[in-house]
Amino acid sequence: MSGWQAWLRALALGVAALGAGPAAAGKAPEAKVEIKHFAFAPEVLTVTAGTRVIWTNRDDEPHIVVSAGNRFASSKAMDTDETYATVFDKPGTYAYFCSIHPHMVGTVIVR
Amino acid sequence: MQDHDDNQKEAVPGRRQFLHCMAWAGAGTLWLMKGGVLQAHALDGLAGDEAADASFSFVQISDSHIGFHKEPNPDVVATLRAALAKINAQPDKPDFLLHTGDLTHLSKPEEFDTLSGVMQEAKAAHTFYVPGEHDVIGDNGAEFFRRFGQHQSSGGWYSFDHRGVHFVGLVNVLNLKAGGFGSLGADQLAWLKKDLASRSAETPVVVFAHMPLWQLYPQWGWGTDDSAEAMSYLRRFGSVSVLNGHIHQIQQKVEGNITFYTARSTAYPQPAPGKADAPGPLKDIAPGSLQTYLGVREVRHVRGKQALAVTEEVLA
Repeated sequence: MSGWQAWLRALALGVAALGAGPAAAGKAPEAKVEIKHFAFAPEVLTVTAGTRVIWTNRDDEPHIVVSAGNRFASSKAMDTDETYATVFDKPGTYAYFCSIHPHMVGTVIVR
Repeated sequence: MQDHDDNQKEAVPGRRQFLHCMAWAGAGTLWLMKGGVLQAHALDGLAGDEAADASFSFVQISDSHIGFHKEPNPDVVATLRAALAKINAQPDKPDFLLHTGDLTHLSKPEEFDTLSGVMQEAKAAHTFYVPGEHDVIGDNGAEFFRRFGQHQSSGGWYSFDHRGVHFVGLVNVLNLKAGGFGSLGADQLAWLKKDLASRSAETPVVVFAHMPLWQLYPQWGWGTDDSAEAMSYLRRFGSVSVLNGHIHQIQQKVEGNITFYTARSTAYPQPAPGKADAPGPLKDIAPGSLQTYLGVREVRHVRGKQALAVTEEVLA
């Protein structure tokens, strides 16, 4: 391994460590979804792979984010102003809904 | 409630009894169902024979949402207590209570504990429960069914007979699909078909479940995906009453011999279909008037008439 390659490798590991560590959570790209009036806004969110998506419930009713087909981890019941976040690592189209108000649907598109 | 005072029933039918009833029933409205057709009746028209024919009654309460603590009702325990006190105060004791779901707001053990404790105050011998979507969060209803289930089937649905009326408790808040509504599912429908098959068409049937068993307002998700299939099994019966909760207000619909009713909540009202941006708690109500939006429902079986009289009572 050349010095140049070793440096690259160290850099990559360092970036990976930063991305995984809680201290560096703020450095991962983030995108927000507001839950208001029994709807997800934006209803379709497009992000790059590795983005941390954060849902915030602005309703007085609890809501739950559940992946259609169980393709990402579901939230717990979010009461007013509570949030749920998960990182989307792999490109794809992720449909989700609120399991207690299933007419509420949304999509995360990961490129 | 038309004959709520046995001592006065024979002696003073008519207007005096009507006024007496109104004094504690608030703006209660009386509905009589005959042959599947809903008829509005003046309360004073029901003294005498109609009242004497009543063989039993039961009461429906719904959507107590224990754990909710915001406007317009920061004390949902107090309003549930008020509902039970109203029921307990009736000289004609209901044979049992039905709770049509959303006992709790978030399915938390402490919320179920509180609900169980408050329900001890009911004088009725028994309360039958079906879950709301708020009661099955995180565990698909395991805790709910452990505490409040009838344990007749693995899915939690059940039926029983009471003085000639067949009661069916259904579960339509589990395995909900994205973009869908309430759901009964193939297993429950098969069970229902079998459960009803041996009953004669003359048997009055009462079906109760949390979410409306008709497409009441799809824009807000108020309906059940496969309710039409369930109704196809019920259509041959002469008198079917469907009692639901979920939407925190009274809505009614007649479809042949099947009459659908949704009940008030004991906790907080929700807006009428399409009358707000979303179906959340209705906050824009006049100070002090919350209790006029909350209530209980009494259902009285009139012997020999294959009819059920449904009475709404507000807490105020």
